[in-house]
Parts: sequence; structure tokens; C-alpha cells
Amino acid sequence: MRLPPGVSGKDFADALRQFEEAVGKEWVFSSDEDTDLYRDAYSPFWHEPEDPVASAAVAPESVEQIQKILKIANDYKIPLWTISTGKNLAYGGAAPLLSGSVVLDLKRMDKILEVNEPNAYALVEPGVSYFDLYRYIQDRGLKVWIDPPDPGWGSPMGNTLERGGGRTPMRDHWANHCGMEVVLANGDVVRTGMGALPGAKTWQQYPYGFGPYVDGMFSQSNFGVVTKMGVWLLPQPEAYRELTVSVPKHDDLIPFVDTLSYLLNSGIIQGTILLASPLLDYRAAHGGSVLDMPGGPSIAENEQLGREKNLAYWSCTLHFYGAAKVVDAQWEHAREKYSAIPGATFQDGKSYRFPLQMKEGDGVPRVAFGVPDLSVFGLLQGSSGHIGFSPIIPMSGEAVFQSLKVFGQVYAEMGVQQKNQFFALPWSYFPRSFVLLFGFPIEHDVEKNRRTREVFKRLAQAGAEHGWGEYRTHIAFMDTVANTYSFNDHALRRFHETVKDAVDPNGILSPGKSGIWPKRMRKA
Amino acid sequence: MRRGGTKAILLVAACAIFAGQGFAAPRPDDSQIERGHKAYQKWCYPCHGPGAGKPGTASLAARGQKPAVLEERTDLTPAMIKIFVRHGVSFMPTFRKTEISDADLAAISAYLTKNNKP
Repeated sequence: MRLPPGVSGKDFADALRQFEEAVGKEWVFSSDEDTDLYRDAYSPFWHEPEDPVASAAVAPESVEQIQKILKIANDYKIPLWTISTGKNLAYGGAAPLLSGSVVLDLKRMDKILEVNEPNAYALVEPGVSYFDLYRYIQDRGLKVWIDPPDPGWGSPMGNTLERGGGRTPMRDHWANHCGMEVVLANGDVVRTGMGALPGAKTWQQYPYGFGPYVDGMFSQSNFGVVTKMGVWLLPQPEAYRELTVSVPKHDDLIPFVDTLSYLLNSGIIQGTILLASPLLDYRAAHGGSVLDMPGGPSIAENEQLGREKNLAYWSCTLHFYGAAKVVDAQWEHAREKYSAIPGATFQDGKSYRFPLQMKEGDGVPRVAFGVPDLSVFGLLQGSSGHIGFSPIIPMSGEAVFQSLKVFGQVYAEMGVQQKNQFFALPWSYFPRSFVLLFGFPIEHDVEKNRRTREVFKRLAQAGAEHGWGEYRTHIAFMDTVANTYSFNDHALRRFHETVKDAVDPNGILSPGKSGIWPKRMRKA
Repeated sequence: MRRGGTKAILLVAACAIFAGQGFAAPRPDDSQIERGHKAYQKWCYPCHGPGAGKPGTASLAARGQKPAVLEERTDLTPAMIKIFVRHGVSFMPTFRKTEISDADLAAISAYLTKNNKP
């Protein structure tokens, strides 16, 4: 039997028996065969002793059962690691950060408690997946969209708590949640926002309630177990259009991104925009790199190649959602704005009216239309998974130039092989900033994975040195990333620890999450 | 050191051992097959269905598996299906029992083996 750290075999056996009494014998898993199912399928520690493993898993179906589990965990000081659907792949999946933790698996709590069409919101439990919510809405013919991330098998609650992003106008998931229910480590049940008002009629319509707004304390954190969450939905738009804009020169990126920022911040374009470079993609496909590598081609050489091959230096496809007449007007306005950049060219793109009948192979951008799928895993063909590095950088052309140079330098220093990995120019998953996405393959090769971990740490360090922080990270790097948020001698971490010690004095909830360790496990 | 290389060998061995053996298991009843169909649609189809954007199907096609769509296969066995679901392969993760219960896994196996020749 695997044991939680610091817990005796007898105590753990007693605790498991009590867990069984709380949730039923069939929902406590302690055999190696069953707990292996909670390992990280994309672990950067394959074949290494550091690969974290659960000592057991317990799967409640109600708040009352969670309260019983928390009491037992407090009694025996057993660390729990909470998951919703456990599909946080590339960030740790269902695996605990602290090896030997008992996974608190909330998958069985999978009720869709409400979908309100007129006010466009849903109230869900942790085990509800994007697929589940989509099917529920489709089965009832409701005219609202969800906003799934690229892989749609995770949960709206879990993805939102991890502050993930999608592609529709509701792309910033955290910004589009409204109200939650949380079980604290002592078993107390808290409802946030208007939910604190008994009989509240606007729990999913007004997020703030009265007094301090505490919702953020429960995202990417270990201060409680979230058991219900409101998520806002998008009323089905009437129409969608695309416009692809391209510019020929390197320095065009500065007005290009300034215009993009203006259009996004004005609400004229919506959804997630990906900056592209046909020219740099060509370089990458011919042994070069999208990054600005030391000794790589000069700007003049790239621009010359662009002219020879008729390749734009920069481009992006803009998305317009809404009433058809408004969409057309916004499309025209965006074109007019970008026409100020000399040499800008335009290509009209896809155009749809909703509701839309979809069929296999029709090229409809499903995720951008709120339809969950798993097609993004096509990027992983031939690999055994990946981990991501995803720093937030300013939404400016200058920042893009600098980041390509800084990370290109790291790649050169570390001798990173760019084959079999993916890297994307910035995305606008979140308003007002860009996020870069690097995907490193995970392999069944200890040395390669060790090297990948070193590269990740160096990238995180280089990013932090330039003021760019990770927005989310794999469990293997939570201390690394938390340490970069070090303003005023790690004041934020010290505050987190103060809160942790107050709300979870026995340190039972997800030790180590986001670099927050309970007092008894904290390094001096 | 119990994962990875060992897993890959296990999976290859499972394919070699179980593929096409045509176990003479009793034919499951229709309700079991229908339960399996529902569970398959929920858990497997988004990756293993036909057409574009199905990475599981694309991966099997890239490995030369024919047909690449699982529902069209007639050589799958319950033992093989269990190994893939509970151990994963390539970028396919494991599925926990809170996702696919043992009973649902048995039903999925019944559904995917319904056309096997005795």
C-alpha cells in the first residue's frame, strides 16, 4: 500500500475505512492498479522516481460527502489533491503535485443544475464536461453557446478555476464565471457573490455581492473545494465573418498590433486571434525558426524572401460575431483601420449564419463556434504528450519582437531541437495582453525529458527577467513559476501562506498548488 | 520504473496476442451493446470517430491500422480494449473508473466486438 507522506500505515488504513463509510466502498480506490489511473499521462517524469503517484482516490457525489472526507483528512492529516474531470493534461492531468496525496476526484458530481437561456448562464458541478454541457443545451434546443477550450473533455469549472481560455467572444473563462460554492477545509460551505444572500435571485447574474470579492482566492489555489460554479454563456449570434489581414514588412507589426489592440478593446473584433507569419512559417518549414535565432536571417533578408515568395511578414484572421448588419459594418471598419498600413492586403474569409448545420469535414471552426472537440490532439501525433510554456507578454509589436529574440537566444543556448514541438506566435486568449504558447513533447526517454525540464526552467527564468510571467503551469513547475512572482521579497506568496495557514491549518488541501505549501511542509 | 517502456511493450504484446484471435465468448445481449454504444459515443467517439478532426483515428491510420475507425474493426478483443483504456497509449491518456466504470468498459467492449466473427 502506498502511503501519504507522514501518515502511518495503521492511520491510513483507518482513514480509508472511514472514507469507504463516507462515500461507499466502490468509490475509494487504493490498489496500485486503480491509483495508477491517476498518474499524469503526460508526465515529464516518466520512469523517474519523482513521477508523482496517488496513495488512494476518493470520489464523493455530494457536498455532504466532501465534508465527511475533509473531516477524516483533518483527523489524520492526510493531504488531498482535488480534481474535477482530471483532464488538465499538459499541466499534470489527474496527478497530485505531492506524491502520496489522496486524490479527491469530483467526477461523480456531474449535475448541470441550471441552464438559463434568457440570461445566458449555466450552473454546474465540477464533474460536468464541456461535452456534457454542450449536449444538454443541444438536446433542449437552447440558443446559447458554451466556450470550450481546444480540448473539450475537461470541465467548465476546472478550466475556469485554472483560468483557461477558449475561442469565442467568451474566451476569458475566469472573466465569464459568476458565483461559486466552496467547501472550506473545516467543512464550512461558502457561497460567493450574491450566493451569500439566502434566497438570492441573481447568483449567476451579478458576480460581486457585497464586501470583498473572494472568488479569485479559489482559482489556481488550494484554499477550498469548489462544488458549484456559474458560467456565463453566449447568446447564439446571428452571423459570423472573417477577414484576413496581411502586411509585408517586419516593422509593420507595430501598427498592425496597435490596430488589433484597438479593435479588440473596442469590441469590434471578438474571439481569440492568432498572430501569424507566413514568411517565418516558411523559414521554419525549411530548417529555420519562427523565433529570432542568433545568426539567423536578417530582417532585410527575410523581407527579400517575402517579396520573392510572395509571403506576408505578418498576418492574422479577424473574427466578427453578432447581428449580420453589425458584423458587416464592423468588418468594413476593421478593413478601413488596417488600410492605414501601407501595403496591407485583405482576404475575405468564412461567413456563416446561425443556426448552422455541421457535417464531417466541412471545415467549420467548431471550437470557435462553441462546439467542443478533440481535434487539437492532432498536434500530438507521434508523441506521448506534451507540456506547455505559456508566458503573458504585452499586446504590442515591440514585445513580440523582443520575446522572439529572448526566447530564440534561450533556444540557441540550450540547443533546443525545434523538430517535433509546436510553437505559436501570440494568441489573444485574454483581453489586453498576448500569450505565447510553446509545446514541448514528452517522451519515454528520461534524458530527453530531463532536458525539457531544464529548457522550461530557463525559459521561465528568461521570461521573468523581462517581465513576462507564466499564466498557468504544470505541477512540476509550480514552485519555479511561483518564485518568479517575487515582488517585494515574495510578498504575494507570503500573503498566500498567511491565508493558507488560516483557512487550512492542517494543510490538507492540495499541498504545493501554485507554490502554496502548508506550514508543516514549508521549507524554511 | 514501471511505466513507459514497459507499457509500450505490454501494448504491443497485447495487440499481437489478442488481435484476431476471435475468442468464442458468449454474444452479449442487446441491452449491453446499447449501453456500450452510449458509453462509446460519450468517451471514445470524439477521438475515434470517422472523418476529419478525430486524432485517435488519424493516429491509428498513421500506424497502418486498418480500418482505423474502431467501430469498423472486427478483430478487437475485450482484453485489448481494457489495456488501452486503462493504460493509454501514445497521447491517449488512461481513463479512470469514475469516468469509465468497469461495467461501462465491459459494455464498450461488447459494442466494439459485436461484429467479430466467432
